[in-house]
Amino acid sequence: METVKINDTTPNDLPWKIRYDASRCTLCGSCVAACSFRAIEAKVERRRMVFSEGDLPDPKSRFSAVPVIKQVNSLANYCRGCGICEKVCPNDAIAPVRNPDTRHPIVSRCIGGDSIKRGGRKNLTGSIRTLDQLRIGRISQMTDPSLDAQRHTFDMLAPFGRILPADKLPISVNSDGKLITAGHTPPVSWIYPVIIGDMSIGALSWRMWEGIAMAVAYLNEECGLPVRMGSGEGGAPSRLLKSRYLKYMILQVASGHFGWNRIIKAMPEMIEDPAGIMIKIGQGAKPGDGGLLQAQKVAEHIMAIRGVPKTDLLSPPNHQGLYSIEESVQKMFLSFNAAFKFRVPVAIKVAASSTSVSVFNNLVRDPYNIVGGFFLDGIDGGTGAAHEVSLDHTGHPIVSKLRDCYLAAVTQGRQGQIPLWAAGGLGKTGDLAADAFKMMCLGASGVSTGKLILQMAGCVGNDQGRCNACNTGLCPAGITSQIPALAHRLDPERVAENIVNYFLAMDQELKKLMAPIGNSTLPIGRSDALVAVDKAVADRLKIQYVC
Amino acid sequence: MCRIGAIKSKNYVHPSRALHLMQSQQKGHDNSGFAMVMQDLGGIFESYKHLPTLSMACTDEGLNLAENILHEAGFRRVLQWVPETSPSDDLDIIAMPNYVFETFSYPRSYNKSTQEEKEELLLDMRLKMRAALEPDEQGFVYSFWPDVVTLKEIGDPRDIGTFFNLWKPNTNFTAKVITAQCRQNTNYDIVRYAAHPFFLQGYTGLANGENTFYQKNKEMQSTLHRGYIGFESDSQCFLYSLHYVHRQLKWPLQYYKHVITPLPFEQAKRRDDAEQLIAIRQSLANLEINGPNTIIGVLPDNTLFTCCDAKKLRPVVIGRDEETIAISSEVCGINEILPERDWSTDIYPNEREVVVINDELEVARWKQ
Repeated sequence: METVKINDTTPNDLPWKIRYDASRCTLCGSCVAACSFRAIEAKVERRRMVFSEGDLPDPKSRFSAVPVIKQVNSLANYCRGCGICEKVCPNDAIAPVRNPDTRHPIVSRCIGGDSIKRGGRKNLTGSIRTLDQLRIGRISQMTDPSLDAQRHTFDMLAPFGRILPADKLPISVNSDGKLITAGHTPPVSWIYPVIIGDMSIGALSWRMWEGIAMAVAYLNEECGLPVRMGSGEGGAPSRLLKSRYLKYMILQVASGHFGWNRIIKAMPEMIEDPAGIMIKIGQGAKPGDGGLLQAQKVAEHIMAIRGVPKTDLLSPPNHQGLYSIEESVQKMFLSFNAAFKFRVPVAIKVAASSTSVSVFNNLVRDPYNIVGGFFLDGIDGGTGAAHEVSLDHTGHPIVSKLRDCYLAAVTQGRQGQIPLWAAGGLGKTGDLAADAFKMMCLGASGVSTGKLILQMAGCVGNDQGRCNACNTGLCPAGITSQIPALAHRLDPERVAENIVNYFLAMDQELKKLMAPIGNSTLPIGRSDALVAVDKAVADRLKIQYVC
Repeated sequence: MCRIGAIKSKNYVHPSRALHLMQSQQKGHDNSGFAMVMQDLGGIFESYKHLPTLSMACTDEGLNLAENILHEAGFRRVLQWVPETSPSDDLDIIAMPNYVFETFSYPRSYNKSTQEEKEELLLDMRLKMRAALEPDEQGFVYSFWPDVVTLKEIGDPRDIGTFFNLWKPNTNFTAKVITAQCRQNTNYDIVRYAAHPFFLQGYTGLANGENTFYQKNKEMQSTLHRGYIGFESDSQCFLYSLHYVHRQLKWPLQYYKHVITPLPFEQAKRRDDAEQLIAIRQSLANLEINGPNTIIGVLPDNTLFTCCDAKKLRPVVIGRDEETIAISSEVCGINEILPERDWSTDIYPNEREVVVINDELEVARWKQ
């Protein structure tokens, strides 16, 4: 028998304990086979049984070896609580149970001597979400009729690209009294107000990425919703870069420049322009931190796309050689604008921060007009991998910061000139239409969502510490894994179908919110349509307080 | 709901016709006020068309303040007309002590100035007077512009008409263009400035409806031009957008409709001028309007026009005879003042139409 010392790591040190009922278990092995973390294993336990065989009590004992499923007592293979064992068990014999007495934050640091890394979202839950304290309270009644969400037509499009003020347009009146254009204006596309955001082909399994790309193509070509997808940092497959579907992709360059070599090489063969270029400065879920793709996820195709060996891929926290906004304008934005001959909007993504308004002001006042979108990412966003301390303790909520930026633009009469796109925990409750609508009323041109897309695909993680193992490459749903056996758990066509259906439902819901406020176009800046049930929130966001 | 009306005639018309036009629609408005702007003036103002006339309701102190401001700037009064009033306790009117219609000559220093410089000066003077009279409500400066007078008051339009003796036609107080409306503001506070028609540098605007993009329009317009102030009513935004598009940007009137009710992208993309239409929509997205509206506007050259919201949620009808054209929320108003006209030629504009009437009373119907 194995001796257990009190200082050994045991399940009661870990965040999840396995509840196992030997009497229900048929020893089919499904749970062990399905557990991607190897957190459970088949073992043999020695059992003592007391029995009596005669007419009178004559207790005897017998020892036997019983096969059982046991939790692995290891910090390397600890249970993440994903619940896949429970899902596959035909007899309800096994399930993970949250351990409120876990010592994991301490023992893993003590033993590992390294920071804790994980995926997912911020797991420290605070007060009620700000967005849930807002209601769409300006309802058209009587003389100002509501629209009919089913019958009326709605323009569900948001601008992406730098918009010049009317008096700066190169427009003149010809002799027939018609306006004519002479000269170049920055490119602007009108796209669906929800972008699928920035999850790289390294962070996601190739099947997941393919599923999203299929959904985007279907939404555009069959459903008439011009949804765009952000590539994330890490490039895209050459086949996609040279296909007509490139027009739905916003290609990202971040501080690691991963994937750009392949993009640049594909440029001569591109038959369509990409939907946009996004220069990622920072990310809301781990602000001030760079990208992190751990070696276990750097599979062969990732090595090929990014042109790297199998190693931890760390994007630096900052773009090298970028020391000032002026320099970034000159070096990066201009070169990317020029690379696509000023036909493609070039946007910037920054983490929401106390300093966001300053950054935004600098860009909105830039005389070259070359920043085509300000993507502001808040603390509640998700990530494939980050240090837990960054995830849980750094960052800035999106709602008030987006509002600050919009109001800064209003004060200068520059609202809409650089479209604001908001992200960071939107759709966290599963209801993206309401979140997106409220953010638009506060001044966003649209929103970007990532984590919710994973949940549409079947991600079992949540914000209470369940699973959150995207960084390990062992995603039990095959969403963020590059291991073929795990990736094949995911059916890309099912992923695409779920995403398409969600977007169709959301589209209806957005219209159901636009109709009562009498809007046939997106409610960008219609803060008068919102009311807050919390006074502090109302004051901070400059909207009406109601009770 | 508001009711709005406009008369444009080849001959000078007395405001009693505007009262009749509006009175028959009184079930549709709430009789809470009367406001009108008269342009292309006849009668006693006819010989002073090139000089600015101040239209103001004020206290004695307010009158002093305003006249001092104008005198200090070098304006000299050349004509004063004080309407004869018939005060009575039976009348439902919240009258001000003074109603001032005074015409001034320009300061000497402006003898050689361009028209545009004079126009800027007139606006500056009006804004200055308005600001000076605002504390303690010493008065309300409605317009200070050549060939234009404005009258606004709170009360029952019938009684306001009686108070100012406007029911009896005469030849002293007439105009070729009169726009009128019979309601005080009901959406926001009751303030005289909130009553349509609104006037700014030769442009007049009045509307029947709601502007659900009030907040967006207001936020944008507040920084566009110094004259875009007040915002006591959501309908002021229509006038400011008209002024901005037509006067500041110098775009032809047809583009006003494209700014306030842009075509859906699907339709715009199919047009030859798609590039311009989409550029306009992008740059002036904050001047778009939403909600039910009918707008009547007058341009500085006295062109009269009307258009509606993009879903045609408010009525309007245009009727005419040889001498006169009337625009009205309800046809009963036109029946009242043009009973002999051929009603089969009445125009009921659609949601994409702008109906424009020039000085020769030629009617143009533009499809957006």
